Amino acid sequence: MENYVIEMLNIRKEFPGIVANDNITLQVKKGEIHALLGENGAGKSTLMNVLFGLYQPDKGEIRVDGKKVEINDPNVANKLGIGMVHQHFMLIDTFTVAQNIVLGSEPKKGLKIDMKKAVREVQELSDRYGLQVDATAKISDISVGMQQRVEILKTLYRGANVVILDEPTAVLTPQEIKELIVILQTLIKEGKSIILITHKLKEIMEVCDRCTVIRKGQGIGTVEISETNPNELASLMVGREIRFSTEKQPAAPKETILAIEGLTVQDSRHVDMVKDLNLDIRAGEIVGIAGVDGNGQTELIEAITGLRKKSAGKVMLKNQDITSMPVRAITESGVGHIPQDRHKLGLVLDFSVGENIVLQTYYQKPYAKGGILSFKRIYDKAKALIEEYDVRTPSHLTKARALSGGNQQKAIIGREIDRNPDLLIAAQPTRGLDVGAIEFIHKRLIEQRDQGKAVLLVSFELDEILNVSDRIAVMFDGKIIATVNPKETNEQELGLLMAGSKIEKEGAQN
Amino acid sequence: MFSSTKFNFIIPIISVLLGLAAGAIIMLIFGYNPILGYQALWNGVFDSPFFMSETVNRITPYILTGLAIAFAFRTGLFNIGAEGQVLVGWVAAVWVGTAVDAPAFIHLPLALLAAAAAGALWAFVPGILKAKLGVHEVIVSIMMNYIALHVTNYLIRFVLTDNQETTEPVKQSASLTNDFLIGLTGSRLHLGFIVALLMVLVMWIILERTKLGYELKAVGYNQHASNYAGMKVGRNIVVSMLISGLFAGLAGAMQGLGSFGNAFTNTAFSNLGFDGIAVALLGGNNPFGVVLSASLFGFLKVGSLNMSSAGVPNEIIEIVIALIILFVASGFIIRWALLQLKKGEKK
Repeated sequence: MENYVIEMLNIRKEFPGIVANDNITLQVKKGEIHALLGENGAGKSTLMNVLFGLYQPDKGEIRVDGKKVEINDPNVANKLGIGMVHQHFMLIDTFTVAQNIVLGSEPKKGLKIDMKKAVREVQELSDRYGLQVDATAKISDISVGMQQRVEILKTLYRGANVVILDEPTAVLTPQEIKELIVILQTLIKEGKSIILITHKLKEIMEVCDRCTVIRKGQGIGTVEISETNPNELASLMVGREIRFSTEKQPAAPKETILAIEGLTVQDSRHVDMVKDLNLDIRAGEIVGIAGVDGNGQTELIEAITGLRKKSAGKVMLKNQDITSMPVRAITESGVGHIPQDRHKLGLVLDFSVGENIVLQTYYQKPYAKGGILSFKRIYDKAKALIEEYDVRTPSHLTKARALSGGNQQKAIIGREIDRNPDLLIAAQPTRGLDVGAIEFIHKRLIEQRDQGKAVLLVSFELDEILNVSDRIAVMFDGKIIATVNPKETNEQELGLLMAGSKIEKEGAQN
Repeated sequence: MFSSTKFNFIIPIISVLLGLAAGAIIMLIFGYNPILGYQALWNGVFDSPFFMSETVNRITPYILTGLAIAFAFRTGLFNIGAEGQVLVGWVAAVWVGTAVDAPAFIHLPLALLAAAAAGALWAFVPGILKAKLGVHEVIVSIMMNYIALHVTNYLIRFVLTDNQETTEPVKQSASLTNDFLIGLTGSRLHLGFIVALLMVLVMWIILERTKLGYELKAVGYNQHASNYAGMKVGRNIVVSMLISGLFAGLAGAMQGLGSFGNAFTNTAFSNLGFDGIAVALLGGNNPFGVVLSASLFGFLKVGSLNMSSAGVPNEIIEIVIALIILFVASGFIIRWALLQLKKGEKK
């Protein structure tokens, strides 16, 4: 018999109207990194919530170290040595690392919390696993990658033997991902087991021992990573063949559409985030901006689209000066914008899908005449775009909030492309989406390019940048520090460029 | 499963029933007969055309203040200043009603317009401060209520009259009262309810059918996305407050040109604006829902005056109203209970 630390056998979990998990079996060996792979909405989170005691399974049983257990709340899970690092960190910003970690199980001295002991224990734990966390630092002062380590430490402090990580790399820079992988391997050496929830195949191939795939709530099976490849994993996950590198013809760039000269933009704290930046984008090409989050990409896009004031410089669109135009005038002069934060900017979540489809055009004919809206026209357009862009929604009257992330994104992309803009700005267009939706979106971007549109793609995913762009501009500290041809570069080179010239120092900070 | 629109309808109804039931229990506890009490409440309204008319007069301003609050809520704002907007609307209407000489078809609309404009102006202040400086509209509009109270008192004492507490009655050409209705009911039933119902339609059309309503709602739901879509967020906030204030100002005109026919100094607020918050909440911020909840409020307030005939103190109705609001506000508990019941049925 194999030595399994966690066994979830034939788990079934039903919600009103939907079977979230149907007969799923997950067996994790002691000392392995086990991947749980599935598309958005496949049932990964439900399964992990069952394991963590947040849901009760309708059928099936859970065994820990071979013994059948009933986990009816997270405290039981903690006692059984199961710890979870959620995608959204649960940390208190104004507390120190040690305070956050001991929260809820503080060492006490009489009635007082023994903070010295807490700091000492946390520091020891951190050193033992090579996490390099400063126990006395405030959460608000440390990087996202560090915060994640604090979350990992939190589970270890509570005696976790099995650590569940939910999409841990989604928020990390390439460097941070590398460091995380080292940490995971250290944990394994110390005898811990890890369940990694992800839909990033490359990471699975790199660090995992085995992988359990679920699709639409069904357990598809468990494979040994050494005996598989990314293509097989992807087709297991999606249920059909997936092409990773979207096929495209070489670009045929024509006239310049967007010309940015000497652009300087400040953020809300009045710090220069874009510094004297120059960039040209031509018709029929996709320019990808690679860079670590926070190097001015967001401010650059907000400045081009008129959402943010420019403190210096010039932005020309088709030889027309749009530098000081308001948002709507810029939109109308031919800019489509797929925003980075689809919930904050891209959609009015409490509006229906139909109302969101006309968010940029509601005031124009034929949707509005003399101040009165024609909902017939609006809904006709909405139905057409829902069909064309495969937005899966019960109806055009459904609130945008009720849609999955991928379908929300498709609705936005449909809306922006349908206006036929000369310049399409796509910021993080595939963030948080599964491979099927990513493939769809990449195809649409390339299609726009082939129709002679200029496309500006901003992404923190190097794969995406390398795969889709015709030209890569690396942004660091508010400037384009290099422009490279995607065919002549690789992730290593880009990673170095993205870190600017001070690579060692950047590493030392973490 | 219940759809959310069904819930919006069911929860207020259940809340009202629960409120009445709780009122009955309270009456029992204090040794009153709830059946006689509620009978007196009912008779207090439906026994005579006079009191039925009084009820309509009571409902009319509730509809308008309810609309004012509901409109602001629907566009993401909390206009707690309806109270002050009612007062300035009231005095503006009476001012025009007493000072201007004109034929009725000009005079009455002019007086109504003055009330609407005064209410809108009062709401403009919190609107512009929020749009330009980000000051929260609740703080400013509460302060505007006190300014309204004292400014209107000053105007009545020293501008509209010579140190009197009450103004002259408005001229007949500006009055909402109508001889035919008075003859029919012997009450002061006035035509204001037509104005109120008209405004119900206006609110519905603006919100559900116009470009303006689309923008106002978008800004209310998500300012960032509205900004992204090129809407002028600040302007929309101001417009929304103006429309809300306009409704509240008209509520004042109903009193000044209809129910009372004059204006008088106040030592405290009329509560029409504050009750409007409850009306809007119970009506689910829907214009037609507001008509229903305003009717309930008017009915309870007028009917309760008769409860003392059954030996029940009419304050009990204030408790019932408070409980109804409590139940509506805790609607999610009712929702949860309903879903549990549903589940139980299945098993």
